[in-house]
Amino acid sequence: MSSATSIITSSSSRQSAFSELYQETTALTKRLFLQLFRRPSTLIAGILQPLIWLVLFGALFSNAPKDLLPGEMSYGRFLGAGVIVFTAFSGALNAGLPVMFDREFGFLNRLLVAPLRSRSSIVFASVIYITVISLLQSLAIMGTAFLLGYGWPGPAGLLLVLVTLLLLVFAVTALSLGLAFALPGHIELIAVIFVANLPLLFASTALAPISFMPSWLGWLAAVNPLTFAIEPIRAAYAGPLDLGIILIHAPYGDLNGFGCLSVLMALTIGLFFLISPLLNRKLT
Amino acid sequence: MPVIELEDLVKSYGPVKALNGLSLQVPQGSLFGLLGPNGAGKTTTLRILCTLLEPDSGQANVAGINTLIDPRAVRRAIGYVAQEVAIDKILSGRELLNLQGDLYHLGKNDRDQRIEELISRLDMGNWIDRRCGSYSGGMRRRLDLASGLLHKPQLLVLDEPTVGLDIESRAAIWELLRELRRQGTTILLSSHYLEEVEALSDQIAIIDQGRVIAKGAPDYLKSQLGGDRVTLRVREFSNANESEKVLKVVQSVEGVRKVVINRAQGYSLNLVVDNEKVLTRLRDQLDKEQFGVFAMAHSRPSLDDVYLQATGRTLMDAELEVAGKRDMKLETKKAMR
Repeated sequence: MSSATSIITSSSSRQSAFSELYQETTALTKRLFLQLFRRPSTLIAGILQPLIWLVLFGALFSNAPKDLLPGEMSYGRFLGAGVIVFTAFSGALNAGLPVMFDREFGFLNRLLVAPLRSRSSIVFASVIYITVISLLQSLAIMGTAFLLGYGWPGPAGLLLVLVTLLLLVFAVTALSLGLAFALPGHIELIAVIFVANLPLLFASTALAPISFMPSWLGWLAAVNPLTFAIEPIRAAYAGPLDLGIILIHAPYGDLNGFGCLSVLMALTIGLFFLISPLLNRKLT
Repeated sequence: MPVIELEDLVKSYGPVKALNGLSLQVPQGSLFGLLGPNGAGKTTTLRILCTLLEPDSGQANVAGINTLIDPRAVRRAIGYVAQEVAIDKILSGRELLNLQGDLYHLGKNDRDQRIEELISRLDMGNWIDRRCGSYSGGMRRRLDLASGLLHKPQLLVLDEPTVGLDIESRAAIWELLRELRRQGTTILLSSHYLEEVEALSDQIAIIDQGRVIAKGAPDYLKSQLGGDRVTLRVREFSNANESEKVLKVVQSVEGVRKVVINRAQGYSLNLVVDNEKVLTRLRDQLDKEQFGVFAMAHSRPSLDDVYLQATGRTLMDAELEVAGKRDMKLETKKAMR
């Protein structure tokens, strides 16, 4: 007994908790990126799809009367913020897929029989991976929008774009990972992603302002999380940054930039507390 | 001290009772075989041992550590090679081993050196840098063995290690397991192949319907059954009348315990005898009574006879019985977290 356990304790005290956590999270993240580099089609599709939205949809409504849009901006510039957010959103919504496949193919069991310091590292790896991918895709869209003449936010605006996207990506990634453990298989997960994607886009201010919508749709758009991410980014593109000005004229009242960010923050924290018991239950 | 102690394990999946009070002790340094038909509870037992499942009741200890109290220490002590090998098709074998090493927190130099060792020991050099998706069944199994051995576990647990493998790969894996045992690793393997368990294990437990029905060294179990088996034919095709007469003759021979007429096999006689020496006496007695001997086959009892004795059916029959009843969908679900 003594010899057997002493081997075990000596190896567990060999490294600190942090360095073990770092080692396993890095290794798991590296695996996800290796998969991406060898199968880049999802990354490319994730950039192409919003690009097509930007170019085709932008062209479709390029002759829209200017006074329809706030601040008399062009439709392309108006659409840019929507497509950036939509890109980050759909990227993050897919976060659960690799985890679901690991569950289905039994790779997760390989991770679960290993003496991981914390099984949260499986979740951390997914969050790091999806955040990097979503931000890369969004940057690609921002670059294209700039080339199309739809503008570029200033340094402060860029920071705001980053913070907004991070909040949204964290929230949606948490949701998707939760679904990946709650649903029985990848078919169901893909179905949910498929159903959630477009309606959330249409029922937001990505393609048209609330003032343009019938009142029931306006209500939907005014509670849609995408709207709270789109409007600050649109403001960052509009000119000098001022989070104090009213960004959303919602049926229930007006909301300024701080309000939008607070809602996003609350959503992220709320989802985190909603999902983490589920992940804990499934991973321990 | 036993490396593995399983005490009264019970585990149900809905209405199906997979384990029904299973208890087992695996001594240090042994190569221990779990034998039983599909659905007997072998995989469930191993999953509980590897902390993938929690038992409904009962407990499991590995190296004196309870799987529920300190699962991380148990995981570190065990190298687990699952039945369905889960690999990442898009990574190379070496990348997979690197990942495995990081999950077990090996230092980089340690890890790389150990990987090289295993590559040469398992003869994986030619293909280890190719993507796993292109591997054959034998290659995959060798890679999985390597990842199970990477952190030098004191206990190696293998679930059906050679199922569906070609003969060459099977022999290579058998040889490796024997070598590991010589070096002091305790090995627990499950199998529904009689010959695999018989060829490898120095201790076995036969599992049926979620409990251990016999355990011990294979030779011990067979000798416990007692007696050797003899199949006797006085002619190629005998008849009822003649076989009755022969039965009376052989029954009187000293050392013959039991005689059964096997009508399905041309009225041959199946005998259980004390030992090999009885054969000579049988020949003499038949000669004296003017019966010829067309064939007399002698065999030691097999593990299948042990299984037959304990359950009243052969392993093959048990397999066939569950073959149509397996719910693959349910089993996939069981394996999912």
